[in-house]
Amino acid sequence: MKEFKGRVVTPGTVTAKAVVSKQGFNTLASMQMALQFGDKQTKCGDQNNPDINGKPLCGAALCLPQTIGSTTGGLVLYCACAMKRQPACMLFANHIDSLAAAGAVLADVWVDDITMPVIDCLGDEFLDYVKDGMTVTVKEDGTVVVE
Amino acid sequence: MILTPEQQAILDGAKGETMAKVMKTMVMYGDAFEAEKLVPITSKNNHLVTSFGLKVMSPVYDLMQQLLDSGVMSGQKFSVDPRPLDKNVPASFLQNFVFNKIMYTKQDFYEEQLKKLGLLNDDAFTCTCYMDEVGNKPQKGEVLSWAESSAVVYANSVLGARCNRNSGIIDIMGSIVGYVPYFGLLTDEGRKADWIVKIETTKKPEAQLLGSAIGMKVMEDVPYVVGLDKWIGTELDDAACTYLKDFGAATASNGAVGLYHIENLTPEAVEQGQSLIKENAKVYVIDDAELERVYREYPVVWKNKDAEPKLCFMGCPHMSLEQLKSWTDKVEAALKEAGNKKVVIPTVFTAAPKVLEQFNKTDYAARLKATGVITSYICPLMYMNNPLCKKMPVITSSNKLRTYTSARYYTDDEILVAITKGGNK
Repeated sequence: MKEFKGRVVTPGTVTAKAVVSKQGFNTLASMQMALQFGDKQTKCGDQNNPDINGKPLCGAALCLPQTIGSTTGGLVLYCACAMKRQPACMLFANHIDSLAAAGAVLADVWVDDITMPVIDCLGDEFLDYVKDGMTVTVKEDGTVVVE
Repeated sequence: MILTPEQQAILDGAKGETMAKVMKTMVMYGDAFEAEKLVPITSKNNHLVTSFGLKVMSPVYDLMQQLLDSGVMSGQKFSVDPRPLDKNVPASFLQNFVFNKIMYTKQDFYEEQLKKLGLLNDDAFTCTCYMDEVGNKPQKGEVLSWAESSAVVYANSVLGARCNRNSGIIDIMGSIVGYVPYFGLLTDEGRKADWIVKIETTKKPEAQLLGSAIGMKVMEDVPYVVGLDKWIGTELDDAACTYLKDFGAATASNGAVGLYHIENLTPEAVEQGQSLIKENAKVYVIDDAELERVYREYPVVWKNKDAEPKLCFMGCPHMSLEQLKSWTDKVEAALKEAGNKKVVIPTVFTAAPKVLEQFNKTDYAARLKATGVITSYICPLMYMNNPLCKKMPVITSSNKLRTYTSARYYTDDEILVAITKGGNK
């Protein structure tokens, strides 16, 4: 078990199993097809990301360095939240990027009954340590426990 | 974040509940980046990324309707990304059924929303709104609330405007309140280069391949590119701007680049030179072998890797007038050499409606049509984003299209051979 301390972007507490992308998470490439065609598990569809391609993202503790790619990224994330098909939490090793931040903020302000804690600045060590399937607990103050 | 009394009043509800939520969104967005303040948007027009009426995106249209119903309109007009449908583009009966009856059933509804929200005109659907023919071209130093990664990186890098990589919805919300948070690429410090990229190739690097290599290496950092002026010159003429359009789109989609500097060419690099480079900037050397490595490592996701291509898309981002003309010459010459009269793979060149309008006034248009190439204003990415197209062997020289769909990337020269002579390459 190991604890990491990050910065709270949007607050909340949750425990979920980790899905880990070592490379930048391309939100459009990962989520669009799944959302479009009714995949309730939101299986990742990014052929360029072997770490997570094909893995269910809905309800997972998505661990990533940052998001990349199209500027539709934020609204795709917002739609996932509005459709209740979002990850349980998003845990960034780096400082959050503008697209993920937009998605998290839009969901927080405009979607009722949604909690998707978003923590950033967890550091490279976090991404080195966490592995697929580990149990991740996010606390209100931005502490992330991985076991 | 320190707000002005006017901004604070909006946040407190002086202009209604919806406007307060829009302001709250922009403040929280800025807080995520420790922005100290909101600054006024100074561009004449905005550009939005969301152009498609996908049924599944109904949360977006519901939100837009909330804005409309509350009367919280922007003072700016806007262009928007390309339409997802065009009957001129080849599609099977089943594809047409899926496009029109399942996927894009909200298209007409959403276009009506866009008109009410401030769409510039019926032809303002393109990812290359900054082209002269389209007319949404910001000035150097202007502050924007744009989205569309390829347009943002072009506006920042080639035009010297200032814009973060805003997401869809944030683009219009910034425009509605008239302010964007001051952070990242809006600041002088945020525009300094984290990387020096040295171009040491023996020939002009393929724009889309070079952009891909840099994007994947630097991610969201700012690269300062040295040695590219040797190949594309020191003047921002049509050819250089077209090159940078494609290069930038690849940096933004294969990574998350929002600004690049090209030594001796782009405006800030010309003015400030290597003083733009941060201390201890990392170095990335690109030679022929590195580009070859990047190219060879692209995954091929076709079921049958040796399948004969069924469609070729060129123009993601949309082609320039200069590109349409030069490709007309190239296709004609290659067909003649191959002894063919028409392209051997259905081929679509996409461009902004206003660019196509100008192109159609030239004699190139009839010549291109005679080769069998179809022109369209469509968004190839939106066309390809469905399971039917996933099974279809589509080729392209767009690294953005490759990234988001099952389209297979080839260099421009390889594409030319494929569409004029045949074979899968």
